[in-house]
Amino acid sequence: MSRPDITASIAGIRSPNPFWLASAPPTNSAYQVRRAFEAGWGGVVWKTLGHDPAAVNVSSRYGAVDYDGRKMMGFNNIELITDRSLEDNLAEIRQIKREFPNHAVLVSLMVESTREAWHDIVKRVEDTGADGLELNFGCPHGMSERGMGSAVGQVPEYTCMVTEWAKEVAQTPVFVKLTPNVTDVRMPGRAARRANADAISLINTINSIMGVDLQTLAPRPQVAGRGSHGGYCGPAVKPIALNMVQQIASDPEIGLPVSGIGGIQTWQDAVEFMLLGAGSVQVCTAAMHYGFRIVEQLESGLVNWMRERGFSCLSDFVGASVGRVGTWNELDLSYKVVADIEQDACIHCGLCYIACEDGAHQSIARTEIPLADFMAEPMGNTAVLESGRLTVVAGAGAGYVNRYEIKKDSCVGCNLCSLVCPVSGCISMQEADSGLPSMNWGEYQAKLATGEVEPIQPPGHA
Amino acid sequence: MIPKTRLSAEELAVNFADLHPAFSRDEALAEAARCLYCYDAPCTRSCPTGIDVPGFIQQILHDNPLGAAETILDENIFGGSCARACPTEVLCEGACVDRTLLTDPVRIGRLQRFATDAAAEKNIRFFEAGPDTGKQVAIVGGGPAGLSCAFHLRRLGHAVIVFEARDVAGGLNTIGLSPYKVSTEFALTEIEPIRDMGVEIRLGETVDADRLGALRQSHDAVFVAVGLGPTKSLPLPGADLPGVDEALDFIFPAHLGPLVDCRVGDRVVVIGAGNTAIDVATQAVRLGASSVTIAYRRGPEDISAFAYEYELARQDGVAFEWYVRPAAFVGTSTVEGVRVQPVHPDDLSDAGATRIIPCDQAIMALGQTPIVDRLGPLGEGVFSGGDCISGGAEIVDAVQDGKVAATEIDDYLKGSGR
Repeated sequence: MSRPDITASIAGIRSPNPFWLASAPPTNSAYQVRRAFEAGWGGVVWKTLGHDPAAVNVSSRYGAVDYDGRKMMGFNNIELITDRSLEDNLAEIRQIKREFPNHAVLVSLMVESTREAWHDIVKRVEDTGADGLELNFGCPHGMSERGMGSAVGQVPEYTCMVTEWAKEVAQTPVFVKLTPNVTDVRMPGRAARRANADAISLINTINSIMGVDLQTLAPRPQVAGRGSHGGYCGPAVKPIALNMVQQIASDPEIGLPVSGIGGIQTWQDAVEFMLLGAGSVQVCTAAMHYGFRIVEQLESGLVNWMRERGFSCLSDFVGASVGRVGTWNELDLSYKVVADIEQDACIHCGLCYIACEDGAHQSIARTEIPLADFMAEPMGNTAVLESGRLTVVAGAGAGYVNRYEIKKDSCVGCNLCSLVCPVSGCISMQEADSGLPSMNWGEYQAKLATGEVEPIQPPGHA
Repeated sequence: MIPKTRLSAEELAVNFADLHPAFSRDEALAEAARCLYCYDAPCTRSCPTGIDVPGFIQQILHDNPLGAAETILDENIFGGSCARACPTEVLCEGACVDRTLLTDPVRIGRLQRFATDAAAEKNIRFFEAGPDTGKQVAIVGGGPAGLSCAFHLRRLGHAVIVFEARDVAGGLNTIGLSPYKVSTEFALTEIEPIRDMGVEIRLGETVDADRLGALRQSHDAVFVAVGLGPTKSLPLPGADLPGVDEALDFIFPAHLGPLVDCRVGDRVVVIGAGNTAIDVATQAVRLGASSVTIAYRRGPEDISAFAYEYELARQDGVAFEWYVRPAAFVGTSTVEGVRVQPVHPDDLSDAGATRIIPCDQAIMALGQTPIVDRLGPLGEGVFSGGDCISGGAEIVDAVQDGKVAATEIDDYLKGSGR
């Protein structure tokens, strides 16, 4: 089988791969964009342009959430749109497009909410030869206080109006970038559709305060001891973004191509966005953390996953999982899984037990096996050390080893134990027969009414 | 007379530097992140003092090293010494489930040191004496068992006086461990918080059977934790030759004076293969002996030294003579060698002619002799613990003995009293 074709095409814009850099600090200059394309990125969305005078930024401006030793699980910023002059940016975009005619170069835009301002910026940007426009209706900090960014994206009527202004003069595809700081992201999505946008990008960043410095009591990031809510992004926001991408991709009133954004760091992240409807993916935090070189891992992972699955091009799978997400009411109440612990793999950490005991349904039994009995039976791969005249057994202590077993009768199949277990392949969720006919909530109500099924009894609790 | 070490103070400082340097903050956080936070944790169950290991590691991970130290010291007031001296490979780290999952355990000992060092640097006093109960307890022996007992009795509000025969407090925790594991200075700093709680420690006070009886009369209860006596000696020809020494007499000077004043032979033979023998052998190497040999009547699989200690001696270049039974110390005015009888590995019967391992210092490390018997029957209201009862165990075991005794004494005092 030949190498899978990962050429992306979205709203008529083609790129050698679906990996784009999002409109953000990494796309602030020709120098960076050139390095990005040389590293292998398929496209960029140029950091948001506005009318002069250019924005002025504060110092400091980024904050991060670390998680038990790993850096930057979440990231935020209070940086504004480009702080370089419009003419400098336009000249560099023109130069880059000349150097990289086959790469996608979109330009993010945010100007005052007047028809004249939008007409002017759209014309001047398209004159560079850029492939498309992305209307920044998403930034939640700074510019929104001046009536731009998420101040537009949070009001569907404004989204529709400003998009219409752009579309009145645009010759290239117009992407509308949505803010997640709304109750239902489909509303601004439908507004963009009404204005004849060509595609939707999402998500922009989420309103956030990163933390408080416990020495100075100042919020993070701080500017002279004060802070302001910033835009949250990075791996931590991915599930929120996936949900919103799927909502847009599945909405029959929208029907626009989607460029997915939000915490993409690995090739798996990228594929998941594409399965839920993204025709291209945009990355920022991961590139800010590790540099442009990460695109090699993204591309390699995608290509080999496609090889394994037998996909020859992106359209073979983009959107393939969109239809798998529906309402809770559609779920099958007869479906049942039960946890199973592979005893030979167990290291006796007890995490499954205490999680189930305190956080779920008290469905794991703990038995203290005397050490001698434990040693007499096959022990899986338990580490044993002979030292001096002692035999030291990992997982043992006070003369016993804990054996953990699922109470199959009361296990509700919640997944929790399998999620906390640190050992690959130790706890699996196995399908079991519930004895019920396949039925969703509505069907269950109907069968109850006719007496076809008995009421489902609640699970036992200790 | 065995000569002083031929090494300079600088060389000795290098040789006796911390075996495991302290973790930096970043090292500690990375190591702490490895801990799975087990439930009914095997490490805690394997700690004689029952320290909440996952709890204190999570406190380190969440940037609360002082809280971690409090968690540790609450159970083990010598937590800093034990962090350095405990045979963690057969205790907490031996039980760590990461050994099965990832081969290497979480470095619990070094994390414990990180936490206790943080508290020591800030000279924090976590614990206070309890409300005065009016009861007085005498403790005979100021080693880890006695002082641990004193600490917990003070928390319960009882008055405590400790009688220590030596001129320095802390027993073997202060002067009996390899200095590259626990420095004398550090060991002494761990005693200060106990003193600050109002424990009076009287040094140079020997207690015999008569005095024990008097203490029992003058106090509401007595705790006996006198430890063990000198190293057992071998009744062999030449055992009284100069240059034939015993283990603790060799180890103590490294704590009681500057290292440059320590004496060591050029060629040293150590008899025995327990953990103390390893300590002696490695100390001899680090003091500058040109050759150090451990002679043992059995084979490597029979030694009581822990695998980790054995490996440490091998890395220090200590030679091992297996299956040789000491028969005599030979020499004219000083020891010049140890005559050994080779034995069959199978039944330890004599195998061939004796031979001499040349040396100018022979050190016996054969375990210590009991001395608690000298105090006579202990009687009602007299409790006991530590090495004098166990026959010789780890510092952490002695600390636990003292803690348990404090509870027993408290129960006793609350009951019938004297």
